Amino acid sequence: MEWLERNVPKLVLAPSFVAILIFVYGFIAWTAWISLTKSRLMPKYEIDGFGQFERLFAAPRWDVAMNNLFIFGGLFIVISMVIGLLLAIFLDQKIRAEGVLRTVYLYPMALSLIVTGTAWKWILNPGLGIQETVRGWGFESFTFDWLIKPEMAIYTVVLAAVWQASGFVMALFLAGLRSVDTEIIRAAQVDGIPNHRIYSAIIIPTMAPIFLSAFIVLAHLAIKAFDLVIALTNGGPGYSTDLPATYMYAMAFSRGDLGQAASSAMVMMGVIFAIVVPYLYSELRPRRDH
Amino acid sequence: MTTNTLLRWGLYAVLILFAAFYLMPLFVMLTTSLKSLEEIRTGGLLSLPREITFAPWAEAWSTACAGTQCEGLRPFFWNSVLMAVPAVAISTVVGALNGYVFAQWQFRGANLFFAAILFGCFIPFQVVLLPMAQALGFLGLAGSIPGLIFVHVIYGIGFTTLFFRNYYVTIPQELVRAAKVDGAGFFRIFFAIFLPISLPIITVSVIWQFTQIWNDFLFGVSFSGPGSQPVTVALNNIVNSTTGVKAYNVDMAAAIIAALPTLLVYVVAGKYFIRGLTAGSVKG
Repeated sequence: MEWLERNVPKLVLAPSFVAILIFVYGFIAWTAWISLTKSRLMPKYEIDGFGQFERLFAAPRWDVAMNNLFIFGGLFIVISMVIGLLLAIFLDQKIRAEGVLRTVYLYPMALSLIVTGTAWKWILNPGLGIQETVRGWGFESFTFDWLIKPEMAIYTVVLAAVWQASGFVMALFLAGLRSVDTEIIRAAQVDGIPNHRIYSAIIIPTMAPIFLSAFIVLAHLAIKAFDLVIALTNGGPGYSTDLPATYMYAMAFSRGDLGQAASSAMVMMGVIFAIVVPYLYSELRPRRDH
Repeated sequence: MTTNTLLRWGLYAVLILFAAFYLMPLFVMLTTSLKSLEEIRTGGLLSLPREITFAPWAEAWSTACAGTQCEGLRPFFWNSVLMAVPAVAISTVVGALNGYVFAQWQFRGANLFFAAILFGCFIPFQVVLLPMAQALGFLGLAGSIPGLIFVHVIYGIGFTTLFFRNYYVTIPQELVRAAKVDGAGFFRIFFAIFLPISLPIITVSVIWQFTQIWNDFLFGVSFSGPGSQPVTVALNNIVNSTTGVKAYNVDMAAAIIAALPTLLVYVVAGKYFIRGLTAGSVKG
């Protein structure tokens, strides 16, 4: 009875412990194992070496997917950060109806990426969408057909993703701006330092941790972006807008190539870990405050 | 003075321009869903409907075809409800208890386990997709709503634990120590001291989990069967249905219906929604 009393906290954690052990770490190990075998339609368990990874890196479709990840990820992160910071600074200027504007900027984040993709697919379709509308205004030669152009379609994914997430970045930055010590700002204003210098020299440098947080969240979203591509372009035209996530899914569920699915998933995890591990490490280490 | 007023105008112009950018897709979805197909073909994307019709909404809700099944979004909408409600409830309860232990009942190795949980929040789900498909089959949960609930609980407890831990860690440990001296046990202290102050963080956790689970597509499309598909999967199927004429107005009505629950949550409890979003990314 006393043993029970003493160990209640551990017993409460036990189910989660077992679940995380099996369904996160055990499953990662399983996928890693499969990525080293010759598995096709059914899992095989004899280790074969790095053949799957060699096949993966030789596949043109994977090449496109990784290229797209860097184009999409890079643009999505940079543009969302720029828009987010700009809107946050602008909203910080004692704006009337700030609450309404904030609500408007942030609502896309509450939507499913499938909804976002469906909406933008309709807006961007060349036949009846924005292209046709602008032509209707008299600009007969206006062309905006990125959605059906293989070399441009990935930028429509960027556009929709920025629409979805930039308001969230704004909210992060605005919270950061508001948490800067007002005494310092007032002192700088008294000294006659111009506003833009106050931002660039005092406020923004103190927000470095927020830049990092925003970067981590956006990078994470970018690597996991699967739903948006499925809904907006379904990887097409051809496989020109494939991302690693859609490649993995195609291999796993329509091509019946478990080995390729597993090895591509492992590469995705490698990319995420390269970004997240240093971040988590720095987050968890200096916890001497309590 | 005049440059200042000019700047002010510019500021508002930029802010309003962006507001228009964010609102435009919602506006287009809404107006398209209220137009007839005839009007969609002849009118502009941004024009208001000349004649408002609710037929596309009725069709999206009860007769639109998702693949071969022509029952609209309705059955799938309820699938999502049946999936989200238990999954949100279970993962929040588990997260609350876990967070309580991590914040107030430290033991050797607890920090390591917490790090392991936190790490689990960041894995790309692609890496567990294949083994989970096998495991669900093994457990007899493949293609079922309980299977989806199971998956959402497993991969949701990381975040809910994080929320509650970061909330409870601010409560002084002396309080727990004093209660222990008075003879109160683990659960007694939880129910008497922690639960009564937990409403804000419960709200954050419920909203976060609900939004995540309702909006999920990857698990839904990977692990559901014909009868258990969530609304996001059905929406995608309706939009990509190749049979018959492309009914853009029905697609848009369906998209709005699928988005309504989370939009409603956002409008009613936006403050908590934002706290959930930032809690995962800002130092706790």
